[in-house]
Amino acid sequence: MDTTTAGRVLRSEWTKITSVRSTVWTLAAAVVVTVALGMLISLLIRNTFDELSTADRITFDPTLTSFAGTSLGQLAMIAFGILVVSGEYSTGLIRASLSAVPRRGLLMAAKLTVATALALAVGTATSFLAFFGGQAMLGDHRTTLGEPGVLRAVFGGGLYMGLIALFAMGATWMLRSPMLSFGVLMPFFFLVSSILANVPATEKLGRYLPDQAGQRVMSVVEADDRPYGPWGGLGIMALWVIAALLGGYLLLKKRDA
Amino acid sequence: MIEAVGLTKSYGQKTAVHNLSFRVQPGKVTGFLGPNGAGKSTTMRMILGLDAPSSGSVTIGGYPYRQLPNAARTVGALLDANAKHGGRSARAHLLCLAQLSGIPARRVEEVLGVVGLQDVAGKRSKGFSLGMGQRLGIAAALLGDPQVLLFDEPVNGLDPEGILWVRNLMRRLAAEGRTVFVSSHLMSEMAQTADHLIVIGRGQLMADMPVKEFIAHNSTDFARVRTPDGAPEQREALAAALTGAGAQVLPEPDGALRVTGLPLPRISDLAHAADVRLWELSPHEASLEEAYMRMTQGAVDFRSTADQRLGLTAPAAPQPGPGGAFPPQAGYAPPAAAQPPHPAQPLPAQPVPAAAPAAAPAPPAAPPGGHPAPAAAPAPEHATTRLAALPGPAAPGQDTSSPEDDR
Repeated sequence: MDTTTAGRVLRSEWTKITSVRSTVWTLAAAVVVTVALGMLISLLIRNTFDELSTADRITFDPTLTSFAGTSLGQLAMIAFGILVVSGEYSTGLIRASLSAVPRRGLLMAAKLTVATALALAVGTATSFLAFFGGQAMLGDHRTTLGEPGVLRAVFGGGLYMGLIALFAMGATWMLRSPMLSFGVLMPFFFLVSSILANVPATEKLGRYLPDQAGQRVMSVVEADDRPYGPWGGLGIMALWVIAALLGGYLLLKKRDA
Repeated sequence: MIEAVGLTKSYGQKTAVHNLSFRVQPGKVTGFLGPNGAGKSTTMRMILGLDAPSSGSVTIGGYPYRQLPNAARTVGALLDANAKHGGRSARAHLLCLAQLSGIPARRVEEVLGVVGLQDVAGKRSKGFSLGMGQRLGIAAALLGDPQVLLFDEPVNGLDPEGILWVRNLMRRLAAEGRTVFVSSHLMSEMAQTADHLIVIGRGQLMADMPVKEFIAHNSTDFARVRTPDGAPEQREALAAALTGAGAQVLPEPDGALRVTGLPLPRISDLAHAADVRLWELSPHEASLEEAYMRMTQGAVDFRSTADQRLGLTAPAAPQPGPGGAFPPQAGYAPPAAAQPPHPAQPLPAQPVPAAAPAAAPAPPAAPPGGHPAPAAAPAPEHATTRLAALPGPAAPGQDTSSPEDDR
């Protein structure tokens, strides 16, 4: 009985997510922006490589360079996460959904499962495309999947995309309105977090922000003195995601729909 | 059956619903009435387990909604015609709701047919009118073929044909033994749809009784009397005679008189004695609208004030109304349903109700007399209702198609 209920809700969420155009647009934007920007920056680096300082040349990380588009491409992933959840609230559809599935946790879990699976699949594809595209642009400075740490970084890039979408979903479940969610999440991930992580005064704290910590998984060369490794960084990000989801779940349980 | 016991919901200081107890019985259409902001939608959401009551409880068939086994197959609800993702087609919208409740996908096509949306089912619902949204919401409520149906303001935005269709649908669903709970602020609509009424104002129960009883309790019968146009002295004479006999006489906006306290034959006798000809003498039952307005007068949250337009226009000269000044207790216009528009010169072309045989020169289309139609206008409308209901091949319990939905 319970597994069939879960099956129905999952199927319904799949129908929901595949029957709106925003899914295609946001996910396509994530792929295109991440890959194209990564390739562009890789090409620029290759053409100016000789002008780099010695220190920069020693710590040059071709893998991370090909992921340079992530900072913008992740915004599309965040938009995807926001729209998946807020689409229920902005329309009042949530009431119909919750009348059909009075167990709220089940509805939330099904939606998160479907959307995250999709985000992970697209994220991993993006990651591989960005890597190969970027390496093709880097020419002589390129690396290969066989080098130590590179495969981890490429898979990690896919995981990062899935986790950032999941974080956006959790946050949106708390904020509910699409306007509010975009207004909070977009500036934060576009500007605020990178400022906090790069200003000396807040640098130490800024490194523990979800995106800053999570992006560590995509680098192969140790460039700075971060107190956590690649998986440690992704773990910190996962903690943020869990916190957001927990907050969303508790509010969903407690609040009037 | 829906049963509420001491249902209360407050938001901070404001109490939206206060100590509401009622039962909604199966096999009837139960109208849920109240002015805007009376707490109708809040109550509906509490019935569906969407909002948690501050105190009290509401159950469906003995279970709180969230503990109902297979809630979606037991209860169907239309809460909001806009509760759809604009980017999703009507068909996809219904499909995901059907899948959510484990309803087979072919049922989607069936309900699309029932509400008449099959031709636009593939279009994104962004472009839907309010009426189409209502139809889509009704389709969603019908998906699980539920025994209990809740509709929040289902006729908002529907055209007359759609309103008639909703009315027939509700009655049919109730006739099949289902529990049908319909909220509305349109009294005239409920008068023709509901069997039972629950009226709330400011979140409190004001009435819970059959429609007929509600009207009987809250209104008095009256007669409409019409003297020949262009002969105001006859009108004055009749008014004086009637008042002298103990009746209460109020002028109506179109020049007729509204007489309470005298039986029809007596009015006719008095008119004859006063040598006044009558163009109309018809029995009326005060409409649900009037009874409701009287009841909720003290409980209206949003009351309009006169628009002074200070500084916008030069003060306009007061315009005399068509029937002269009439007393404030007739401040609301008589419900449109009870008053077919009369042409300036009332000719027999406008069929006068059967029970007004007095002076009208033999209305050709008048139905055979002796049929005590209580209110004039609902009669033809009921006739339409029956006509529209008749050719439907849909036997009770099988709502796959109905002729008026074909478009």
